[in-house]
Amino acid sequence: MNRIIKYVFYDMLRTRFIVLYTALLFVSTFAMFQIDSDADKVVMSLLNIVLMVIPLISIVFTTIHFYNSYEFIELMLAQPIDRKVIFIGEYLAVVSSLCIAFLIGCGIPIFLHGASFTALTLLFCGVILTMGFVSLAFLASVLTRDKAKAIGIALLFWFYFSLIYDGFLLWFVYAFSDYPLEKITLTLIALNPVDLARVIMLLQLDISALMGYTGAFYKDFFGSSLGVVLSTVVLCLWIIIPFSISLRIFSKKDL
Amino acid sequence: MISIKEVNKTFGKLMVLNNVSIDLCKGKSYALVGPNGSGKTTLIKSILGMVIPSTGDILFDNVSIKNDWKYREKIGYMPQIGHYPENMTIGQIIDMMKNIRKNVSEFDEQLIDEFKLFKMYDKRMHTLSGGTRQKVSAALAFLFNPPALILDEPTAGLDPVSVELLKAKILVEKENGKLIIVSSHILSDLDELTTDMVYLFEGKVHFNNSITSLKEETSEQKLGKAIATMIGQKELIESINK
Repeated sequence: MNRIIKYVFYDMLRTRFIVLYTALLFVSTFAMFQIDSDADKVVMSLLNIVLMVIPLISIVFTTIHFYNSYEFIELMLAQPIDRKVIFIGEYLAVVSSLCIAFLIGCGIPIFLHGASFTALTLLFCGVILTMGFVSLAFLASVLTRDKAKAIGIALLFWFYFSLIYDGFLLWFVYAFSDYPLEKITLTLIALNPVDLARVIMLLQLDISALMGYTGAFYKDFFGSSLGVVLSTVVLCLWIIIPFSISLRIFSKKDL
Repeated sequence: MISIKEVNKTFGKLMVLNNVSIDLCKGKSYALVGPNGSGKTTLIKSILGMVIPSTGDILFDNVSIKNDWKYREKIGYMPQIGHYPENMTIGQIIDMMKNIRKNVSEFDEQLIDEFKLFKMYDKRMHTLSGGTRQKVSAALAFLFNPPALILDEPTAGLDPVSVELLKAKILVEKENGKLIIVSSHILSDLDELTTDMVYLFEGKVHFNNSITSLKEETSEQKLGKAIATMIGQKELIESINK
């Protein structure tokens, strides 16, 4: 397993994309700290990057990488190595390099300007979202043999979780506003990793009062330590479930 | 050594392998022959566990290969088209393979020497010609001295000198008592290299016996003519049966 991770890691550093990604995150985070001195506001702006850009880059990069390493996977399959080890190795290598890129790119400027608890939560959310969307990208990659189709599916996942789902949720809440919806909305939010991360962050930023009655209800639920633990568990499920489905498909796939 | 038991494989509606049962024994060398799309590569990939049979089982040394991977230590595989990570150099790929099979200490680098791959160790895979890739594939298949060798169209795309070198190497390994499976369309090569023949047609095994007995049955001297005669006879029998 270690050897597989090592080779995939080495291969990814070659493409220089990871280095570029780190630099981009570093520059934008640093610039935001230069523009604004209020750390909380900076975290707020960074939140948008974490919630939109990181899932997008994670899912698209991973899908492209998976297809580019098809040759490597094929080569390994004829060797005395367990299929699952190859797949898990690929996953760990991709996840760790993307997470390291994010932690270096966003983490270093944050620590230079003094890390608050909210900033740490942001880093935590970014890492978890990266892992979740890499899982989804692996799922998209094993679902089809065609690279273009897989990227399409990956982009669809991103659109769905970043834009479409929110629209649906808004419509739902609006249409049924006469009913008590707190618990249902809470459940619906758990069905979207991006929303979960957003709620955790907004509550940390202590602006939940702006979210009105439901905001207060979320604060009541998520703000308590139990709420944070529970939502983290659900976020972890968003990593584990797509990955285990894709692992199962991969171990039965013809290559 | 390898026994294939009633293996079926379908891709969607297409039946690629139809109830294939073959026993491949140690010390023999098999020619895997059949028209394009007859299921040769699928059969080879099933033995390697890259394609998973719809039904049936494959045993390697009497152990099912389902959910097993250790048996691949004993197989050297040369693919029809070698796919390699494009960014790596030849040297890196050979090192990587050696690293993966850590338990092998003695490497058979004869082909690397003979193909003069040492000179090209720094070349990246995407700069290589088809023939050079084939050479890398061949060198990797023989590198670990495995007891079974599976060669999928080994001589396609190689220059005449390299073909002779490779054939000589295959013959040496055959003398060493290894199991050799060669799939090819160049029957004169198979005539020199192999003792037995498996003829696949539309996913079914139509012939599985020694080449000498095939030649005796058809009273032909050359393998190519013998196969043609055999197919002609079969078609005749089928048309009579109809």
